Amino acid sequence: MKRLAKWRLISLFAILALVLSGCSGERFVSALRPAGEVADMQYDLMKLSTFVMVGVIVVVMIIFIIIFFRFRRKDESIPKQVEGSHKLEIIWTVIPILLLLILAVPTVATTFHLADVSPMEKKNSKVLTINVRSHLYWWDFEYPGQKLVTSQELVVPTNEKVYFNLKSMDIKHSFWIPAVGGKLDTNTDNINKFWLEFDDKRANEAGNLFYGKCAELCGPSHALMDFKVKAISRDKFDAWVTAMQGIKEPQKAQGDLAVQGQELFNQSCIGCHAVTSENKMPETARTAPNLTNFGDRSRVAGILDHNKEKLKEWISNPETYKPGNLMTGKYPKMSDQQLDALAEYLMGLKVQE
Amino acid sequence: MSTIAQKKGFGATLWDFLTTVDHKKIAILYLIAGGFFFVVGGLEAVFIRIQLAIPNNDFVSAGAFNEIITMHGTTMIFLAAMPLLFAFMNAVMPLQIGARDVAFPFINALGFWLFFFGGVFLNLSWFLGGAPDAGWTSYASLAIHSKGHGVDFYVLGLQISGIGTLIGGINFLVTIINMRAPGMTYMRMPLFTWSTFVASAMILFAFPPLTVGLTLMMFDRLFGANFFEVAMGGNTIIWEHLFWIFGHPEVYILILPAFGIFSEIFSLFSRKRLFGYSSMVFATVLIGFLGFMVWAHHMFTAGLGPVANAIFAVATMAIGVPTGIKIFNWLFTMWGGSVKFTTPMYYAFGFIPSFVMGGVTGVMVATAAADYQYHDTYFVVAHFHYVIVGGVVLAILAATHLWWPKMFGTMLNETLGKITFWFFFIGFHLTFFIQHFLGLWGMPRRVFTYLPGQGFDAANAVSSVGAAFMSIGVLIMLYNIIMTSVKNVKVGNDPWGDGRSLEWAIPSPPPFYNFKQLPLVRGLDAYWLEKMAGKKGMTPAEPLGDIHMPNSSFIPFMISLGLFIAAFGAMYHRDHSWGMAVLILGLLVTFGSMFLRSVKDDHGFHIHKEDLVDESDKGVKA
Repeated sequence: MKRLAKWRLISLFAILALVLSGCSGERFVSALRPAGEVADMQYDLMKLSTFVMVGVIVVVMIIFIIIFFRFRRKDESIPKQVEGSHKLEIIWTVIPILLLLILAVPTVATTFHLADVSPMEKKNSKVLTINVRSHLYWWDFEYPGQKLVTSQELVVPTNEKVYFNLKSMDIKHSFWIPAVGGKLDTNTDNINKFWLEFDDKRANEAGNLFYGKCAELCGPSHALMDFKVKAISRDKFDAWVTAMQGIKEPQKAQGDLAVQGQELFNQSCIGCHAVTSENKMPETARTAPNLTNFGDRSRVAGILDHNKEKLKEWISNPETYKPGNLMTGKYPKMSDQQLDALAEYLMGLKVQE
Repeated sequence: MSTIAQKKGFGATLWDFLTTVDHKKIAILYLIAGGFFFVVGGLEAVFIRIQLAIPNNDFVSAGAFNEIITMHGTTMIFLAAMPLLFAFMNAVMPLQIGARDVAFPFINALGFWLFFFGGVFLNLSWFLGGAPDAGWTSYASLAIHSKGHGVDFYVLGLQISGIGTLIGGINFLVTIINMRAPGMTYMRMPLFTWSTFVASAMILFAFPPLTVGLTLMMFDRLFGANFFEVAMGGNTIIWEHLFWIFGHPEVYILILPAFGIFSEIFSLFSRKRLFGYSSMVFATVLIGFLGFMVWAHHMFTAGLGPVANAIFAVATMAIGVPTGIKIFNWLFTMWGGSVKFTTPMYYAFGFIPSFVMGGVTGVMVATAAADYQYHDTYFVVAHFHYVIVGGVVLAILAATHLWWPKMFGTMLNETLGKITFWFFFIGFHLTFFIQHFLGLWGMPRRVFTYLPGQGFDAANAVSSVGAAFMSIGVLIMLYNIIMTSVKNVKVGNDPWGDGRSLEWAIPSPPPFYNFKQLPLVRGLDAYWLEKMAGKKGMTPAEPLGDIHMPNSSFIPFMISLGLFIAAFGAMYHRDHSWGMAVLILGLLVTFGSMFLRSVKDDHGFHIHKEDLVDESDKGVKA
């Protein structure tokens, strides 16, 4: 009898494990496919609480089913009027308290561990710090130690803690990379700080590209405020930083069409979009995404496929793709030929082959 | 309702309801208005699920979607769930404590009309330039920058209906403290009355913070203040605190009456005294108290720091204990009982697994560090729908079937009721269970669409199918209500046959004075005790005498109408020159009506003893 009960328990957990692995989502975006230290800890807490809670559900359901079959009305007799039972009531008060203690201790410990940003606050700290600035439907990433700015696509080294300063420049947003760790709001009032760690092996399995999202309702295009995270090894990251730092002046366009595009860009776009990584403007003046390495990115406007056709469609009518964006109407209408030229130029803005 | 309609013309009936101060008629008004808004909110939910059924859908635009989700949440919480619960509190609570009416019948009517005009005002936004679009939480930075008048409708409409809720809550508190029949001690009150009591006390403390927040936002948006304008030294996090200091108790204001309703049903249809009555009362009060201590768990990701997050995490988990006590007490009420599976019992039985699911995910989201993953995703959407639909809405549907005969004197069709249950119950789990996973897979909430290729497609389609099932359930229920009202087969005092509390001791519907003679209460389940002692009804606690009743009044309607008019003036005073005049006119109507009420003595009237004797078939049998 006891062995049977044990087997039942094991098979129950096996089914649960199967269910959990069967529907755990996509590697690059799912919190159930953790790919870093923070997400791992959170996943462990999820599993712990799920197991405890499934236990509670099982107990309730057993009593529930027994009642359904045993205590249906069969005759018109009046059952005994029971007032209660101190013994039972103490049991179902004390056991939940114990279960909650099991849950509360790791919760408190993890909460403090995840909030530990002391290394970034030391003087002359060597850790990598990134300033995230959220804007209406796009993300600005500044690397103060490396003196460079990029947008929409965060580039981070794997296997080390990366520290973040988060702030919003207009309306409250929330910074979330599901597969790598939980979210933290970008407030308009203050800077929030936290850290994440990207695991090299699992980043590789996810194609080195994680999806990031805005998790706080911020207007019509809240759903489209995606960003991407390129997680690469420290060597490649250093190479990227060096390449980015090399772009002190706007890159010269190659080819007639691209040259024409650059001229157009300098007339109509450069007022908002920077094309050098060393962006000396104050953060409040950076009103549009930095395009220094636009050609290297994986999405147009964070959401569209990265090709010239989509880029042209985006420039000719951004409102269709991101309602409520702040780019619409800031520049003259472009002819097809002009769009071709602009697309040619922008797609050529690469810092790495 | 229908008996009155037969006796009087339509105009007279309408005037009767516009001026009534009778708690039973006000209950019917709450039921109709709340039911209407429930259908409106439900339609909005259906639009949400159609839009999200497939990726990159364009059924509604991004801006319209935000309006729909905002109005869905706001309508369901403020204009559907609360008024529907108020309907049952009004209809049943005075009967359960053996009272002839609430303590302040005039205030009761005023509360209803304020809620009604606030709700109408809010929904008129659809036709007047666009609904609010900053979410039902209306977080400050987004709400302040929202263009058009949408958020103004939210701010003004909720202030008006909020006053109604607040004075309604105060009225219930005073009623329960002062109007209990002889022998009805606190520890003999039915659980529904207890939960009404605790929920009303919570309303008293929870609504003022909301009103403060709304007023500050009103001044920011309409009168040029800068409470939430960071550039001017304002602070948006304050709004989050104010909103959730109200918002978290609010969910307990909703769920406690639901617990009360289910406590009645489990006991009634199991023919058994509620198991552990005193611990149930204690748990109810404790949940009400702890409900005020946990608001910041809605702000775990706002950056309050690990100390605040840890404290609020542990405090939130603590609520699991009294809730667990309740679940087991309900189970053991049925244990050893004689359980009859009527429609209300179907809902109550279905509530147990549904609410346990919502409860355990509640503990999961309380684990702060893991909540950084759950927060603002579909996991949270699934969690609170399991609590609010699986708890509150199932309770409202159950109570509709349970107390329909008491309110209208006729029984809803049981077969149709059970069919409704199955559609609604299956649809509910189909819609929301999968959403737990959507959230964990990385889908944020409040998104008007999602891109293909992220693994969200199939689960969203399933969820939308579930919404269709729920809609069919509601439609069958509406059909049931219409058919039942048309047939109008009259029933007696105790149509379920197992009534335990006082409301089942008097006719269905009760006479307008409820009790000819106030009953003497000898213990918990007063009517059941008398039945078990072989008596047919309650023993009267007083000799037959004149009954003092309040007069009907049109003033509550006018006071509320004035605020409704004033709200338009406040909203448009910057756009149009007539705005300020309308604002003043509206306030004049309100304060003029209040003045009239103050100077005009209204002593009510008496029903004479002789008239009561004639109606020997009504009232409490002596």
